[in-house]
Amino acid sequence: MYEFLTDLRQYPFLQNALLTGLLAGVACGVIGTYIVVRRISYIAGGIAHSVLAGLGAAFYLQRVHHWSALQPVYGALVVAVIAAITIGLVSLKARQREDTAISALWAVGMAIGIVFISMTPGYNEELMGYLFGNILLVSSSELWMLGGLDVIIVVLGLLFYNQFLAVCFDQEFARLRGMNVEFFYLLLLALAALTVVILATVVGIVMVVALLTLPVAIAALFCRTLWMMMIVSTVLCVAFTTSGLAISYSPDYPTGATTILVAGFAYLFAITFRWISDRIRA
Amino acid sequence: MPDSVPVNGSHFPAVMICGLNFSYDGYLVLEDVNIEIQQGDFVSVVGPNGGGKTTLIKLILGLLTPSSGAVKVFGQDPDRARTRMGYMPQHSQLDFQFPATVMDVTLMGRLGHGSHFGFYSREDREIVLMCLEKVGLAAIRTKSFAEISGGQRQRLFLARALACEPDMLLLDEPTANLDVAMEGDLYKLLQELNERLTIVMVSHDLGFVSQVVRTVLCVKRKVLTHPTTEITGEIINEIYGSPMKMIRHNGSGEGCNCTSS
Repeated sequence: MYEFLTDLRQYPFLQNALLTGLLAGVACGVIGTYIVVRRISYIAGGIAHSVLAGLGAAFYLQRVHHWSALQPVYGALVVAVIAAITIGLVSLKARQREDTAISALWAVGMAIGIVFISMTPGYNEELMGYLFGNILLVSSSELWMLGGLDVIIVVLGLLFYNQFLAVCFDQEFARLRGMNVEFFYLLLLALAALTVVILATVVGIVMVVALLTLPVAIAALFCRTLWMMMIVSTVLCVAFTTSGLAISYSPDYPTGATTILVAGFAYLFAITFRWISDRIRA
Repeated sequence: MPDSVPVNGSHFPAVMICGLNFSYDGYLVLEDVNIEIQQGDFVSVVGPNGGGKTTLIKLILGLLTPSSGAVKVFGQDPDRARTRMGYMPQHSQLDFQFPATVMDVTLMGRLGHGSHFGFYSREDREIVLMCLEKVGLAAIRTKSFAEISGGQRQRLFLARALACEPDMLLLDEPTANLDVAMEGDLYKLLQELNERLTIVMVSHDLGFVSQVVRTVLCVKRKVLTHPTTEITGEIINEIYGSPMKMIRHNGSGEGCNCTSS
């Protein structure tokens, strides 16, 4: 731990990692809260994986056809938004089973990605990075992207707080109040998609799923309003990434996995605490 | 009949339905519905389960679109007149774990009144507080939605409907989850509200029907209108298909005339 603190002053990559945790915390706290209360974490998972199609395609075009300006993350962003809107429309309009549609998109998206990757020569470290990520290898352009995402989320979150609340709580009633429910729901899904993609390129899909759900799940045990949940889960998220970084540094554990374990144990502890305190009060 | 004359579009009936059919998955739920609900009326919608009561309410709200025929609310299409209606859904399928306070939920009734984004105004909060006082929930307004009882939740949804400041209230089984004392309070409140508002209420509770209700809509695929003075045991047997407990009624009817009230 001491080594971590002294090195933190010295190495920019550690400072970047710490800052990444901070910026990721804001996005995860706000968007994660909506995902958890609307019970759409499966949608978030589906988007995150289907995005491999865009990532693979962009990667292929960049390497094989020398479209050098096409960063894989751009392909990922496009596919993410398309996936979000498709899933959103299915869940709003069609009477199809929503979870089946998500599973299909999840699997087909990944398959397309893998086909493109197999057609691309060379070692595909970026795709491994997308799946598992490494918070210690964050570039400054990724930090800027994360910062931009935070700004968008916070501004829209403040502007439409009541609208998002109403749409998540009772869609039918929101529609009766003259609200454009489709627009707000799709906007929310699009924001979730952006968050998932940008965070996944930085820290990996597995970590994104953990950061979007575990801090919020803990906050939900103790908060009675949406905004309180957002603030508490942001703080928890930052605490988890920071402590994950600090704990894993000296023994050289994988940072992402350590962070997820810290969050998982905290969740377990929080549920137990809540259960016991409910027993005592009863 | 109705004695109050609302200002806005006063010459239109609150609800007018002409030649309406509604099918769901090829199954005819409502057939050839022709009804007219006057402004200021207090209508009880009765009928067997699956008879189409909730469907009728949702057609009036514009949440469902008729297969054929037309629905007009205050002379307009339902989705244009939507904000003039306050709706209290059936003990709903909402997520009881949702992180929102009693106040938060009631404030949703104020959506669509001001701007499309931002926060609720001070006036919104005052109106909401008044509505919560009316249903007796003002004291627990900071409690979370998860913590309150079924009966309180029911009253909360009524408060939310009132917060819309509607010209017409549509209530889907408002007495579910209420005990007898609370039910009495609710009727008193509705009667008071009926001085200003048109009320359409789905109810299983026939005993209540003749006390404050002026018109009864019997929904069993077809919709028949009866003034409460005409309700007899025969009509009730006709509606439910089996002998029911008799209710008190205001006068002796001469059977089912099936006229518009």
